Amino acid sequence: MTEPKTAIAIQGLEKVYPGGFRALQPIDLEIYQGEIFALLGPNGAGKTTLINAVCGIVNLSAGQITVNGFDHCTQYRQARSCIGLVPQELTTDAFETVWNTVSFSRGLFGKSANPALIESILKRLSLWDKKDNQIRMLSGGMKRRVMIAKALSHEPQVLFLDEPTAGVDVELRKSMWDQVHELRETGVTIILTTHYIEEAEEMADRVGVIHKGKLLLVEEKNKLMKQLGKKEMVFELQHPLETVPPELCGKNISLAAGGSQLVFTYDTLQEDNGVTDVLDCLKAHHILYRDISTRQSSLEEIFVDLVRAS
Amino acid sequence: MNFQGIKAIYRFEMSRTFRTLGQSIASPVLSTVLYFVVFGSAIGSRINDINGVSYGAFIVPGLIMMTVLSQSVANASFGIYFPRFAGTIYELLSAPLSFVEVLMGYVGAAATKSFVIGIIILFTAGFFVPLEVKHPIWMVAFLALTCVTFSLLGFIIGIWADGFEKLQLIPLLVITPLAFLGGSFYSIDMLPELWRKISLANPVVYLISGFRWSFYEHSDVHLSVSIAMIALFLTVGFAIIAWIFKTGYRLKN
Repeated sequence: MTEPKTAIAIQGLEKVYPGGFRALQPIDLEIYQGEIFALLGPNGAGKTTLINAVCGIVNLSAGQITVNGFDHCTQYRQARSCIGLVPQELTTDAFETVWNTVSFSRGLFGKSANPALIESILKRLSLWDKKDNQIRMLSGGMKRRVMIAKALSHEPQVLFLDEPTAGVDVELRKSMWDQVHELRETGVTIILTTHYIEEAEEMADRVGVIHKGKLLLVEEKNKLMKQLGKKEMVFELQHPLETVPPELCGKNISLAAGGSQLVFTYDTLQEDNGVTDVLDCLKAHHILYRDISTRQSSLEEIFVDLVRAS
Repeated sequence: MNFQGIKAIYRFEMSRTFRTLGQSIASPVLSTVLYFVVFGSAIGSRINDINGVSYGAFIVPGLIMMTVLSQSVANASFGIYFPRFAGTIYELLSAPLSFVEVLMGYVGAAATKSFVIGIIILFTAGFFVPLEVKHPIWMVAFLALTCVTFSLLGFIIGIWADGFEKLQLIPLLVITPLAFLGGSFYSIDMLPELWRKISLANPVVYLISGFRWSFYEHSDVHLSVSIAMIALFLTVGFAIIAWIFKTGYRLKN
């Protein structure tokens, strides 16, 4: 298997704001070409600051960043040319038309006019029929797509999507996910921050969790879910219980749904994970159940556990 | 050099002017015409000639300069303040542009607008007072340099301001008084010696004096002093903006 090429390499990145607030602790991170990387973290964790640092919107306090091998300070032109950014806020020139604002973005990045490309981007994002509308006339979802069109207008190799589906309805969110997948198919590296863990679960190849400016972990999504994911076995009881029977204490069992469910939490990776033991115990003590179901913990639960533990 | 980037900013800014043509061009031209009517034709006809020039004609360079100063500052400050206010500044900061290219786009557009306004006022003045420009190339050079210099100042104000109120503060409290007291309506030689000396501390005196010289070959200060002062303002403005972009003052923090 060939080694993945690095799109973004961050070393010892720190950001301390005037006044002493440390937004980013020293961060080391590598993002590979062509992957979808999801950066998760609660509000104020430092996700946007990290993105802004890479894009040159905030000054670094320390550290080094390279984008496709170009140093973001000494070779800022080449580095920034590779990057497209869709910021979290819907910041647009309200009185400009869609066509003009997208063309403006392309020009800013040093690219000559390419009406055919702009047309294809607008069509792909279902904005073609709005191309002559002023942005202030558009809905929130459309404005969000205009931001994406602006970021794509200069054909970036790396695309930052900072909360791309915040405030967007379910249907549009799903269509945006499809568009992100399509972009990845064209070889674009995508770095995504989101509050919707299901979004990361649906799209990401790798996940990074950031909290209080510190990168807690970076892992392949599937591996992370396997490593940290717990499984639950839920027994629907025939006769509700008031307390967990003493025979079952210490076996990671709890009561739920007003005593009508017994929930057994176990680790699928452990050889002796106690499943047989629990089943035997229930049978021996005549605890009858109508149904059994199992459930894998979601990325959201993993994320919450990690943040709490930190 | 990112010429496409400069062009994009320049065109974007100029298109804003065309969208708001009345506010951008017609309004300053109209208010200057009113000055000509009141001071040039009505009151001016009762005032003696100054250095052999009728009062109405004498005030033309000063009035053009006064409008150009305020327009340059207003255009450039709004041009950079608005993206900061709206949040679209992120795009500018993340684009592969040096600060010189950003300046060329914003200051170039602001200076172009005020230069055009200055020329329109000049032609309009011709309808009210007899006009003569003895050194047209110098006149254009002084006008262009003043537009650029004060657009640089406007750009600095647009970055410094953290609200619309502050955006108006310097133009209202500093630029307008300096323009009025800088010899727009009189020669500083007409002032008592003490006030004449105090007036020399006003940078606008040098701009108006040099500009007026290009019309009538009469100036309050030597031409070389006017040129040196404009060069100094340009250098200081450029140095401040270089520092702003280097440190990220009000842009990157």
